[in-house]
Amino acid sequence: MKVHEYQAKEILRGYGVPTPRGRVTDSPEEAGRMAKEFGGRAVVKAQIHAGGRGKGGGVKLAKAPEEAVELSKRIIGMQLVTHQTGPEGRRVKKVLVEEALDIARELYAGITLDRAIGRPVLMVSAQGGMEIEEVAAKDPAAIVKEPFDVAWGLQPYQARKLAYALGLSGETHKKACAFFVALAKAYVETDASLAEINPLLVTAKGDVLALDAKMNFDDNALFRHPNIKEYRDLDEEDPLEVEASKFDLNYIKLDGNVGCMVNGAGLAMSTMDIIQYAGGKPANFLDVGGGANEEQVKNAMRILLSDKNVKAVLINIFGGIMRCDIIATGVVNAVKEIGIAVPVVVRLEGTNVEEGKAILKNSGLAIIPADGMKDAAEKVIASLGGGK
Amino acid sequence: MSAWVDTNTKLVVQGLTGREGTFHALAARAYGTQVVAGVTPGKGGASVEGIPVFNSVAEAVKKTGANASMVFVPPSACADAIMEAADAGVALIVAITEGIPVNDMIRAKAFLAKTNSRLIGPNCPGIIRPSAKVKIGIMPARIHKPGFVGVVSRSGTLTYEAVGQTTALGFGQSTCIGIGGDPINGTSFIDTLTLFRDDPETQAVIMIGEIGGSAEEEAAAWIRTNLKKPVVSFIAGRTAPPGRRMGHAGAIISGGKGTAAEKVKALKEAGVHVADSPALMGETLKRVVGK
Repeated sequence: MKVHEYQAKEILRGYGVPTPRGRVTDSPEEAGRMAKEFGGRAVVKAQIHAGGRGKGGGVKLAKAPEEAVELSKRIIGMQLVTHQTGPEGRRVKKVLVEEALDIARELYAGITLDRAIGRPVLMVSAQGGMEIEEVAAKDPAAIVKEPFDVAWGLQPYQARKLAYALGLSGETHKKACAFFVALAKAYVETDASLAEINPLLVTAKGDVLALDAKMNFDDNALFRHPNIKEYRDLDEEDPLEVEASKFDLNYIKLDGNVGCMVNGAGLAMSTMDIIQYAGGKPANFLDVGGGANEEQVKNAMRILLSDKNVKAVLINIFGGIMRCDIIATGVVNAVKEIGIAVPVVVRLEGTNVEEGKAILKNSGLAIIPADGMKDAAEKVIASLGGGK
Repeated sequence: MSAWVDTNTKLVVQGLTGREGTFHALAARAYGTQVVAGVTPGKGGASVEGIPVFNSVAEAVKKTGANASMVFVPPSACADAIMEAADAGVALIVAITEGIPVNDMIRAKAFLAKTNSRLIGPNCPGIIRPSAKVKIGIMPARIHKPGFVGVVSRSGTLTYEAVGQTTALGFGQSTCIGIGGDPINGTSFIDTLTLFRDDPETQAVIMIGEIGGSAEEEAAAWIRTNLKKPVVSFIAGRTAPPGRRMGHAGAIISGGKGTAAEKVKALKEAGVHVADSPALMGETLKRVVGK
């Protein structure tokens, strides 16, 4: 799960990670009052989940309270387009207004799981403001990494090593060490999957603060973090994906015209692949999971069909836990209830496959049966009428 | 040990009394697996279709001699169940459960490293060895057939796809292992490939990977210098958009890393025969083994 910058900073402050003074608001007047409180100068930052907000015009420096009001008026309500939002952009509902600080250095600090070693790793770089992937590609030696243990956290000696690598000294060095230890603690205790501070700011006075903050959380651990779960912003997610998540369906909207319903993530991905090889484009990724019931199958059909781009449907099931008869019954009921105007190709294999095929055959519905994935993909493309 | 399961395998099912636990314990028994015990804390003394239930894995091991475990415990308590099994000295632990928090698995894996237990999974279909009639997992038994192909995969249903194709070709399978779709898992591709290398039953390998992480690249490097048996591979997610988690927690392309293209390249350079489509895994193998 993703959260907004202001929420990430709120969480981090709770662990003693210093951030600039600031608050979130949807009112330009309030933004002006905050700027005044911060001594006139303030930074107004659009709050959307996507990165690249600065380049898209969503982050501006106000030199006076009146300017903070003006900038907030412009930013709140705008469709902010960045390299991560797609061309339609994302509507800005709130801005974070923060004190403007004198910048001495912009660094980078980020924590994520290193899958190869199975531990989180704190990475730092002196090239703050740049995307870490870009730094990794151009100058991998510029990134210093320190893996740490989730059981006892980042140790002081590890923090010192990182701070020295950044060339920090004196009080600033000490502050950076405390920052890193606190950041690592926040990452572990909140079950984060990403905690990225870019830029990590060193002020002219030698203070160390999180100028920006991005945090993602492990969805599987949200059950033990009800407070973080509340930060979920449904407006930032695709409405069909939100609807699917209510039924524990794994749905990701894509931009093709062949809707797919598959059991198992690997098979669902390869079904997308094989549709493309056959000359089509998948409209979605949809994994109905291992133990779906009739109701979930019905909802899955309803959700994938509410995407208006869908011109044909491919159902590809290889039942292990999932029983083919259950899938077949769900599909038949869905077709009867919703009424489906597009061709539906079904490929069934695995547990109770004969029962499943019989249910489809005896339903009297115009469902196109297929044998194997290749056949299924070719039939669904043919059903579109001459490719595309 | 050249096989992880054989005719001496005695299975305890953790979470036997749940719906999934019961269903798959009985299916495993019907296939030929010796299912000797179940564990559900608080339900010790009960029995499920003649399988005795114990309060702890230690007790189940002591009373029945169980040496393998199949875990169906819900995600929030699953890492604990895995550690309990390892502490009780269970040699092979197969965790089917999907959705375990990453930090729980990091801890469980560190715990396991101090024991002699092997973990397969989590979030996997399990392991099956048709020649020994042992099935620990949720795969549909009837598609399997004793034979010479070792199958290893990060994805459950794609494993079935490879099994179905090799059965249809008459090749059959030696051992099939799903290593799971999570970012932290107990058994890696390399562990499984080592098993296949040393296993006289296995003459060829199908390895099914997917986007995310670098396990396939590491396996490719290992294959190049360590495995003479032919390997066919398929990588799922060539058309997946970056930055989105495709169902499996481990299947995400981040920062341009973990793409299918990189993995295919590494595998091809290691002499692996990569099938372009999941429908062609069997046919590709047929061409390679020339049968």
